[in-house]
Amino acid sequence: MPIPTRKRGVLPGFGLAMGFTLSYLSLIVLIPLAALVLRSASIPGGDFWRTVTDPRVLASYRLSFGASLVAALVNALFGFIVAWSLVRYSFPGRKLLDAMVDLPFAMPTAVSGIALTAIYAPNGWIGRWLAPLGIQAAYSPLGVTIALTLIGLPFVVRTLQPTLEDLDPEIEEAAASLGAGRLQTFVRVILPMIFPTLLTGFALAFARGLGEYGSVVFIAGNMPMKTEIAPLLIITKLEQYDYAGATAIAVVMLAASFLLLLSINGLQWWSGRHATAG
Amino acid sequence: MPSGRTSGRFGLVVILGLAGLAGLVSLANVGCQSSDELTLLNVSYDPTREFYKEFNEEFTRHWKETTGQDVRVDMSHGGAGKQARAVIDGLKADVVTLALAYDIDAISREAGLMPEDWQKRLPHNSCPYTSTIVFLVRKGNPKGIKDWGDLVKPDVSIITPNPKTSGGARWNYLAAWGYVLKKELGDLAKINDPSQKEAVDRAHAAAREFVTKLFRQVPVLDSGARGSTVTFDQREMGDVLLAWENEAFRVLQDSGPDKFEIVVPSISILAEPPVTLMDKVADKHGARAVAEAYLKHLYSPAGQRLAAKHFYRPVSPEGVPAEDVARFVKVELIRIDDVFGGWAKAQKEHFDDGGVFDQIYKPE
Repeated sequence: MPIPTRKRGVLPGFGLAMGFTLSYLSLIVLIPLAALVLRSASIPGGDFWRTVTDPRVLASYRLSFGASLVAALVNALFGFIVAWSLVRYSFPGRKLLDAMVDLPFAMPTAVSGIALTAIYAPNGWIGRWLAPLGIQAAYSPLGVTIALTLIGLPFVVRTLQPTLEDLDPEIEEAAASLGAGRLQTFVRVILPMIFPTLLTGFALAFARGLGEYGSVVFIAGNMPMKTEIAPLLIITKLEQYDYAGATAIAVVMLAASFLLLLSINGLQWWSGRHATAG
Repeated sequence: MPSGRTSGRFGLVVILGLAGLAGLVSLANVGCQSSDELTLLNVSYDPTREFYKEFNEEFTRHWKETTGQDVRVDMSHGGAGKQARAVIDGLKADVVTLALAYDIDAISREAGLMPEDWQKRLPHNSCPYTSTIVFLVRKGNPKGIKDWGDLVKPDVSIITPNPKTSGGARWNYLAAWGYVLKKELGDLAKINDPSQKEAVDRAHAAAREFVTKLFRQVPVLDSGARGSTVTFDQREMGDVLLAWENEAFRVLQDSGPDKFEIVVPSISILAEPPVTLMDKVADKHGARAVAEAYLKHLYSPAGQRLAAKHFYRPVSPEGVPAEDVARFVKVELIRIDDVFGGWAKAQKEHFDDGGVFDQIYKPE
């Protein structure tokens, strides 16, 4: 019997943990996704292509990806400010504010959707002030973006918080004492250190936005070619008992999101290396 | 070696994980309840909520009086298409009471839970109550909407759900279409007369133009009838809501008479929401007798009275109080089988992907 020559790690239990990880991931993630892909494989190629390149489907992809992207960018910026305030400053009610960040996680998305619609509709609290300015918030792509911003916020804040807590204020003081201005300190010192984490938060918020259905359908208005999100078209296909068409749209979304998340991960890895090397 | 503290933490994680698993298993078990209590599951669509709540109490009482048995009727409500899909995918419905025959046909076709000719099993095409499509307008009818033709006036904004996802919206759409056919042809019998083919084709073209115009004036397409009602009532969007008659009456009742008015157009469509037994489920569950009695009871004077009370047009109004019948305006109602050749055909032509409805939103 040849003795295994593999170098043993210091930490025991790799085999067990890895086996468990793989079977757990398969059961919860991979097998359902494989079923999805298999189901779509049963559609003739021509039909598949026709379904996913239908102008209405393309318009919904544009809206879903576009609105999720904008919402994630907005969250990256303002989520950072929120996380910064919560970590760096102490003020009365901070714990309360901190807890509130999690609310979009916990609320049923339909509830957020209905609440947002009530506020941003032309007769709502905010909508009535926007309407005279010619801004239609609810029932427009703007409304979709607002809903996605709400549900994506906790992802950015919660991923950033631990990193910001680890960030030693002394580093900033050092930068300042070496003559860096405030902006310079932020751009050259703080940003490189938190950038990988910020990207993670961004990616999570973005991915969450792509899949979001419950809150968006209420505020979107669901007009074909204008405010239909891709998940809504999937539901529409299911209503027509067109399981194959629904899967086709889903598979394209899945592939696109996977590629995007993969490239964000790549960017993160690259920027992480870049930051330590530079 | 792990310190006492980390191993304690590890233990906690394991316990939490196991608790989670136990939770999953117990959730999976919720479906199989003990069988000593007689229960029925009625899978229905959205606007029947209030009606079935009261009817179920009435039936429980009736069943107790006639057989001495206790029965509990559980309800599931939602968009008709979604509900049919849930039944196809295994929701154990003993009876379904949906918005249109098309969705029940789908259950028979996809899941084979009952014979294909299910609609012949009960009187009146298995519809114990009917409804129609009317207009709900704001008090005083500021836009002067009297009939379908007024809807396409340029400053009128119309609220209707999306026909792709809502059964009610399909009735709205077909009623509008039927109005134009009637206007163009005068007599709808011409539709099935081959010698009139040219005139009929012209009428269909006009109807298509009308419906296209109508939907261009819809600012929001909700996915279900209740959603549209909320958009019209709470969000104050639109000048007119195309609604089920029962839903329109309910809004009027809930929000008081000084907010809205009902306008009954010159012609509308006979909306037949059918009910039927899911033979295979009920047999397996040992509930066939009570399920059949439940459906029959819908046709009884008591059932008809409650249907009328909740604003459904009763099919046999004899035992119903006169004032409950009087509120239903007599109006010419077209039938989907006569004018559109049945649901399967209408669905394929108008609402399936690439159908007429999709063409409305095709970019030019």
